[in-house]
Amino acid sequence: MEPLLKVDDLHKAYGALKILNGVSVNVKRGEKVSIIGPSGSGKTTFLRCINFLEKPTSGHIFVEGKLIGEKTVSGKFVHVSDTELAKDRQEIGFVFQRFNLFPHLSVLGNVTIAQTKVLGLSQRDAEARGRQMLEKVGLGHKVDEYPERLSGGQQQRVAIARVLAMQPKLILFDEATSALDPELIGEVLRVMRQLAEEGRTMVIVTHEIQFAAEISDRIIFMDHGAVVEEGSPAKVLKDPQHPRTREFLKRIEQR
Amino acid sequence: MEKLLAVYVDHIDVWLPEMLFFSITTLEIAIVSFVLAVAIGLVLVMLRVSKISPLVTLAILIIEVARGLPIVVLLYIVYFVPPQLVSGWNWSWYNAFVGAVLGLGIHGGAILAEVFRAGIEALHKGQREAALSLGMTPAKSMRYILVPQAARIVLPPVANYGIGLLKETSLCSLIGVNELMNDAKSIAFADYEPMAVFLLAAAIYFAMSYPLALILRHVEKRLNFSR
Repeated sequence: MEPLLKVDDLHKAYGALKILNGVSVNVKRGEKVSIIGPSGSGKTTFLRCINFLEKPTSGHIFVEGKLIGEKTVSGKFVHVSDTELAKDRQEIGFVFQRFNLFPHLSVLGNVTIAQTKVLGLSQRDAEARGRQMLEKVGLGHKVDEYPERLSGGQQQRVAIARVLAMQPKLILFDEATSALDPELIGEVLRVMRQLAEEGRTMVIVTHEIQFAAEISDRIIFMDHGAVVEEGSPAKVLKDPQHPRTREFLKRIEQR
Repeated sequence: MEKLLAVYVDHIDVWLPEMLFFSITTLEIAIVSFVLAVAIGLVLVMLRVSKISPLVTLAILIIEVARGLPIVVLLYIVYFVPPQLVSGWNWSWYNAFVGAVLGLGIHGGAILAEVFRAGIEALHKGQREAALSLGMTPAKSMRYILVPQAARIVLPPVANYGIGLLKETSLCSLIGVNELMNDAKSIAFADYEPMAVFLLAAAIYFAMSYPLALILRHVEKRLNFSR
């Protein structure tokens, strides 16, 4: 079966500084893939390239077989227009480390704005769906609050509801709990676990190894801009083959 | 004090209507040059953040020169220089009022361009990325996410500038616009009562600017997101 997400030989460099050196990853529909690795290994850049927040230097992204951010014109790959790129991005939800809620909009405004302005839903339908998603993340009682009145954990859950309301085919999580106080991490992980159990397709960059082990179908260990090792959590975390994986896991344990 | 009151009792019926009449010109200069300043400021800030280096240099040059000159000097230059530079044209339309709003507009545009730039730069780049990742085009992210936030940031300084501008219009008397200050001067010298006349002019300026300051304070409170 065709993978839902296909990343083909992704390279990213800023001038002479190479961040990604040919990363290829396939993700099946409903699969949960966690990417772990040391800081600076290119995990976040990899994730940001998938929805073209960073433009790859070379390599291609496909969602359900359709090119993202590019098209082929007489056999050559060219970047698509802003409008087409925006359409491609609708399929791909992105949860940021720093939440990035819109401070000038209420919680409900945050989860409806893209529904009305991008998907073209009516305000009523968008609010209905928005409330439903906020209920799902346990924040149905906060619809009229403004982001700055919420804790970090609550803000991140609103950000997840905002993504869910767009009904993406795939959700990318970029260190979604790294900016949170320790006591707030659990509530966000609970929501993510719930999404995993619903069978959503998720690619998760995380430092929460234990969590990754529990919910992931597959773990990818990245270092120096390349995939070093991948496989089931049991295989990669309990029986790592590559010395760099072993060293990384040992350092994590000592923490 | 009693002497001053006696002066007002004698003259107020003539002074006040006349000065209020010329206050209308003061308000007209303020409003037109404010609109012009916002327009010029928007153009300058677009050039300034365009990342096209000759345009950026041009914008910086205009901004720094216009901000670096005293307003009076700028008014003299704008009003007196162009007709002499291009002598072949018909300059009859170029009266003191036009020179005044152009001079104040250019000066204000330079100030507001920097205010607008601060507003744009205060926004976190994550806001744009969040908007894009939700499928908004760059234009939509501007319209629904970035501009509304930047507007809230720049509204107080822009309004403050507007209130200051109302008072700066008094400088236009120096290039001969018949507004409140010019009228006050001519009455003061005609009736030999400078103190009484200028105090009255001060009261009228205050009566125009203070309500604006009160309105601004109210609007600022309401715009303060959730608080």
